[in-house]
Amino acid sequence: MEVKSPIVEIKNLFKTYRKGNQIIPVLQDITLDIAEGEFIALMGPSGSGKSTLLNLIAGIDKADRGVIRVGGLDITILSETELARWRSTNVGFIFQFYNLIPVLTAFENVELPLLLTGLSKKERKEHAETALDIVNLSDRMEHYPGQLSGGQQQRVAIARAIVTDPGILVADEPTGDLDRASARDILDLMERLVHELGKTIIMVTHDPRAAEKAHVIRHLDKGVLNADIQTAH
Amino acid sequence: MQIFKLLIKNSFRHKLRTSLTVLGITIAILAFGLLRTVVSAWYAGVEASSATRLVTRNSISLIFFLPLSYREKIRQIPGVKNVSYAYWFGGVYISEKNFIPNFAVDAKTVFEMFPEFLLPEKQKNAFFRDRKACVAGRKIAEKYGWKIGDTITLKGTIFPGNWDFVLRGIYRGAYKGTDETQFFFHWDYLNEYLKKTTPHRADHVGWYTVTVKNPGLASDVAAAIDKTFKNSLAETVTETEKAFQLGFVSMTEAIVIAVQIVSFVVIIIIMAVMANTMAMTARERIGEYAIMKTLGFGGLHIAGLIFGESLVIAFTGCALGIALTYPAAGAFGDAMSTYFPVFNVQRQTIYMDLAATLIVGIAAAAFPAWRAVKLKIADGLRRIG
Repeated sequence: MEVKSPIVEIKNLFKTYRKGNQIIPVLQDITLDIAEGEFIALMGPSGSGKSTLLNLIAGIDKADRGVIRVGGLDITILSETELARWRSTNVGFIFQFYNLIPVLTAFENVELPLLLTGLSKKERKEHAETALDIVNLSDRMEHYPGQLSGGQQQRVAIARAIVTDPGILVADEPTGDLDRASARDILDLMERLVHELGKTIIMVTHDPRAAEKAHVIRHLDKGVLNADIQTAH
Repeated sequence: MQIFKLLIKNSFRHKLRTSLTVLGITIAILAFGLLRTVVSAWYAGVEASSATRLVTRNSISLIFFLPLSYREKIRQIPGVKNVSYAYWFGGVYISEKNFIPNFAVDAKTVFEMFPEFLLPEKQKNAFFRDRKACVAGRKIAEKYGWKIGDTITLKGTIFPGNWDFVLRGIYRGAYKGTDETQFFFHWDYLNEYLKKTTPHRADHVGWYTVTVKNPGLASDVAAAIDKTFKNSLAETVTETEKAFQLGFVSMTEAIVIAVQIVSFVVIIIIMAVMANTMAMTARERIGEYAIMKTLGFGGLHIAGLIFGESLVIAFTGCALGIALTYPAAGAFGDAMSTYFPVFNVQRQTIYMDLAATLIVGIAAAAFPAWRAVKLKIADGLRRIG
């Protein structure tokens, strides 16, 4: 694999949660670089802080200390509004439970992030159709989430994640709610996104089979990133 | 897809809950509209009064009479244009439940004084010619099936006996707010009876109606009339027709205030129901709001969706409520025409319906929207997982 410059640079990152008077450390002094076009899997036991790290990289949570630079921009200094705008164009999200809006069709769910872009209706249609085509769901555009299988719903979620053409995709247990065959399809699709579209994917998973698809596997334990860098390929 | 489409789809996502809330708002707006119309109807006489008409009555009370001789004296006061007079007859049609406002009037002047009572010239002349003639408003004529030429018998309560009148005219109101339930007959007819039975009560009237040449003269003319009869056996009080009507309304002011309070209580109750619906809705969608925020939608977008959904539900109920108010008011007005001769839904009532709906919609969504705006994405996502 060709080594590229880091698209995500994390330096000395700390995060705590407060529970009553108690302060619980979640992430401690995390330093991590993720190269552009890399597919990285974050693994670790429950409560190890992997989802928190993913949220911080994606700009949906705030660190206590440290720097997170994405594409050269320190996102820790951005306001909520700036972060929302930044997320809408730079990060795509894939969740364990798909999180589609049930009253919208597959097409409308994919179109949703484009409403913030100022594209015309025609342009939005083209983008949404292209995204659904990439995930092989062109024939399910008018279906509602409730009319789709879990695997199909996750593919719609992936189409929604890529429709604004973000450089980074964050995936939190993307196969956690799927059967083995569907999980394999989703992982294959994510691999394609990396290889064919050059996306950087940061995936949190418990599943070693899913992690095998990643270029790099990093382990977190009790909020600390292990030094071992496991290369899958 | 537009955000508005999502808003509409969200509004009707829980069909039963939304339908019940819409039904509640519909009933509340209907009740509010009817109660406000009752209040308006209470003031209908005040609203229909003319700025150029004055009413002169005995200063002791309306039930004390004034001599007929005052008419010429009033007519000669500068600024007076015309003078008419009337007597409250208090007759009952068949039985006491059939209340109709009936007056002995000066036939020659009554339709000059009250141009809002429209009577065809032919019927007017027929009324003038026949001393036993009467004229009835369109609504009571329709209610009792009276036709021109019918003999109508009123049972006298103040003036005992059965009184037969021949219906010579049916008047219509010139305006929507004109009372079409009144019944007039010749004062001369009553006076002849009084001359025979109780001569000391003859040649008296209940009150005078005076028109002035322009509204600006009203207070001067009123003062001049009362001054003219000061220290007489029957001193007078002269006031504008509006003040005279308000005097009647003020006797029942407590009822009007109670009706007004109830109308606002109805709105407060439905506001609580609507707030409950929106709170449940927003709580169920916390995860979706978190997802939308994740995708880049801001707090204002989310708040807009919640306020929009609340307003869609509230205004759907409001539209149905307003649509039902008109036929309901028509039926209510017909059933209660004895007490509310004019029962029209005022434009102001519709504006109040809309304003109340807007307040309900916004107030119900305010707290859920505030919570959704404050929601941290990570917390919202945890609720899904």
